[in-house]
Amino acid sequence: MAKQKIDITLQIWRQENPQSQGSFQHYSLSGISTGLSFLEMLDVLNENLTLNGQEPVAFDHDCREGICGMCGAVVNGRPHGPEPGTTLCQLHMRHFKDGDHLVIEPFRARPFPIERDLVIDRGSLDQLIQAGGYVSVNTGGTPEANTIAIPRETAEQAMDAAACIGCGACVASCPNGSAMLFAGAKVSQLALLPQGHPEGRERALNMVKRMDELGFGNCGNERECEASCPKRISIRHIARLNREFIKAALFSE
Amino acid sequence: MKLDASIPDGPLAEKWDRHIFAGRIISPANRRKYRVIVVGTGLAGSAAAATLAELGYDVQVFTMHDTPRRAHSIAAQGGINAAKNYANDGDSIFRLFYDTIKGGDFRAREANVYRLAQISNRIIDHCVAQGVPFAREYGGGLANRSFGGAQVSRTFYARGQTGQQLLLGAYGALMRQARLGRVTIHPRQEMLDLVTEDNRARGIVCRDMRTGAITSHAGHVVVLATGGYGNVYYLSTNAMSSNVTAAWRAHRKGALFANPCFVQIHPTCIPVHDEQQCKLTLMSESLRNDGRVWVPKNAGDTRPPAQIPESERDYYLENKYPGFGNLVPRDVASRNAKQQCDQNKGVGEAGLAVYLDFADAVKRDGLPAILRKYGNLFQMYEKITAHDPAVQPMMIYPAVHYSMGGLWVDYNLMSTLPGLYVLGEANFSDHGANRLGASALMQGLADGYFILPNTIGRYLADCPLPLPDTTASLFTAETKKAESFITKLLAVKGKRTTGDIHRQLGRLLWDECGLLRNGAGLGRALAEIPAIREEFWKNVLVPGTGMQLNQSLERAGRLADYLEFAELMVRDALDREESCGCHLREENQTEDNEARRDDANFCHVSAWEYRGEATTPVRHREPLVFDNVTPSQRSYR
Ligand SMILES: Cc1cc2nc3c(=O)[nH]c(=O)nc-3n(C[C@H](O)[C@H](O)[C@H](O)COP(=O)(O)OP(=O)(O)OC[C@H]3O[C@@H](n4cnc5c(N)ncnc54)[C@H](O)[C@@H]3O)c2cc1C
Ligand code: FES
Repeated sequence: MAKQKIDITLQIWRQENPQSQGSFQHYSLSGISTGLSFLEMLDVLNENLTLNGQEPVAFDHDCREGICGMCGAVVNGRPHGPEPGTTLCQLHMRHFKDGDHLVIEPFRARPFPIERDLVIDRGSLDQLIQAGGYVSVNTGGTPEANTIAIPRETAEQAMDAAACIGCGACVASCPNGSAMLFAGAKVSQLALLPQGHPEGRERALNMVKRMDELGFGNCGNERECEASCPKRISIRHIARLNREFIKAALFSE
Repeated sequence: MKLDASIPDGPLAEKWDRHIFAGRIISPANRRKYRVIVVGTGLAGSAAAATLAELGYDVQVFTMHDTPRRAHSIAAQGGINAAKNYANDGDSIFRLFYDTIKGGDFRAREANVYRLAQISNRIIDHCVAQGVPFAREYGGGLANRSFGGAQVSRTFYARGQTGQQLLLGAYGALMRQARLGRVTIHPRQEMLDLVTEDNRARGIVCRDMRTGAITSHAGHVVVLATGGYGNVYYLSTNAMSSNVTAAWRAHRKGALFANPCFVQIHPTCIPVHDEQQCKLTLMSESLRNDGRVWVPKNAGDTRPPAQIPESERDYYLENKYPGFGNLVPRDVASRNAKQQCDQNKGVGEAGLAVYLDFADAVKRDGLPAILRKYGNLFQMYEKITAHDPAVQPMMIYPAVHYSMGGLWVDYNLMSTLPGLYVLGEANFSDHGANRLGASALMQGLADGYFILPNTIGRYLADCPLPLPDTTASLFTAETKKAESFITKLLAVKGKRTTGDIHRQLGRLLWDECGLLRNGAGLGRALAEIPAIREEFWKNVLVPGTGMQLNQSLERAGRLADYLEFAELMVRDALDREESCGCHLREENQTEDNEARRDDANFCHVSAWEYRGEATTPVRHREPLVFDNVTPSQRSYR
């Protein structure tokens, strides 16, 4: 596809620090190559701002390959922008046209306080994993890797769930700020694999409880999370979490 | 200075066991009295921190990311090697050892590499137990694939996201320890310096990247697992924040830096597509299992690939290296790609690319089978280039990818500064002059899960128990220094952005200290780097203040260190008058333009000692001795 140059206008959330009040600021950019990624477009904006004596827009990013889960902003109302199954860093400017107006703001959710501009604190997701999103094995005495056969299909389904990058788009897109897709993906991965079974019950109970404590909302079956997930994690995993949770609640003493 | 690698006696296969047995063990009741600072939460750092906490040490983890799971290890795609021999194709610990040491062009230690091969199998056992969803065969057993530089199938993988899955396994282990209160995690902390006392590591200085607050932290041991320095070239496949700062600051405090010029250029990356680009994307080398590399036979042929008939295509790797074909090691693949493009046979807009073609594989195995193996890579490629590799061949070009060089460590993974351990890509230990595919993940996890936990006791057993007081002048002087460094950066208020100056440095290094090197070019670079450094300190523009979240300031600080490090890298390259591993030194090649190694003069590790800003660093040598393999000229023909 031949590259073009386009002119765009931007409306970006600027906020000095967690305590301060933020507001939208307007910028315009001309001659942006459609070969650039969205974040490279922001890089260009930031170079311009810097050279004009202004402070650049703070935004998180690292791998720029859609895997670290560090990037993310809401673009024209959609977390990670308009392309389904795409992180913000993988979004390319060829999906926009000359004259477009882009409203860019941080992921917003109660458990994700804003640090600055588009940078948020997603530490709550770590705390949620700490409630049980792992298998309790110590390094050392583990059995030979091929001791337990796992059907290929099961391993593939576990991998589908494990593909979560922890970006938090699901939480940001949910009207209730629920982390059910995030938690469901982890619970589901470990519920599918035999290694996760011994702790399955506790895991489901503890993670759901922790989610409440951390201020995430309840799942209202809005399915926005699935639609905004850059890794296309299916809400089937929420259903599996619910099953695990009910099983655990029914059989707990 | 005599470099003592502390390699244990005895036959190769018994060294590690003997070493563990002869080591010192800290009694379980005493372990919590020892504080271990781990900087970095990639595979190496997370694995080490979790395991040391399981053992009962007081572990303090620092990462510049917002959560440990973001470390650059997450991006590794292709897989991890282990000598399981599940494929029954003749693999063994010795073969994995041999392939790795040969792949490294006989510039690594036998004992280290053998240990790595020994540990490889336990890594897979452990990761499976953690619930890492490795790919499986229909029968339910683990699946393997082959990777460059090996003729056996020994690479374990989780789709094209192996690094992610292994890191999430280690991250889970770390989170479990955090919940148990045995690990304290300090996110968004950038280590700016190492604190030493009487030449021992005693702690670190960090900047809180949210508030700008500079703090110091004391520990009995400091573990650096801060990754590689590929971003010195500006464009690389490394994550944007990858840096040399932690390692460089430790170097300035006395830790020797080994083989800084050994940098790997990966053959299968998406070609540069734009001037303003700041990051290159790797396409996993596993693609070379099924993709065929070719260029048009005739120079200057600009027809689209579909219009170039079979007879006018040059599958140059298959033709030149029939034994390995498209699976030659990375350096051979990269160099040949560059040479084809230099002959004006390159494809794509700028002629700086070669084709990687899946048409035959799709014909042979069917599209679903190919997509199962590479689906996410195809998707990633299409997202960036808007072309579908299932329909037309990919275009690829070499890019800077991995740093074999790093801080010098002995067999215990301890640097020349007692109490400072270095793990993962940040050390130089196992890959010699070239790393084989799928061996970095193996090394990072071996270092973290299995090696450090078994060697740390040797140092701790004699380490005085009282921790230094961080309010004493030893520490406050260091925090002041870090503060004034930041003030100095902000005060320049010049006219050029960090990115602009970094791009200039990167271009210079890529041209003169990249795939092909020669004395004259390296000499030029050595003269030019100080000038760029001077320009930086005169003319860099860093907006904002130090006491806020300031990403421009972070980048500027990293570039300041790269500008010092680059000089050492070029100096090391100039000093190494041989072709070896990843690099062809143009003065040292065979008649048919293959690399010529010089074992008589260069069979050693070059370890550089810092002597101050205005003084030339001193090179020390650790001779490499081969008792179990005979260094051969690598030939993949
Ligand atoms: C795209 C890509 C694909 C790859 N694919 C493979 C593969 O298939 N197989 C394979 O074996 N290898 C692969 N590699 C190589 C491999 O991923 C890395 O070498 C390895 O993961 C490095 O791990 P690490 O733990 O040493 O460091 P990293 O994962 O780089 O972690 C560094 C850590 O240090 C922290 N840090 C760094 N500097 C500081 C500082 N100053 N202060 C505080 N914290 C700091 C970071 O926050 C991070 O947590 C690939 C590499 C790339 C780039
Ligand atoms: S920057 Fe890593 S996912 Fe976007």
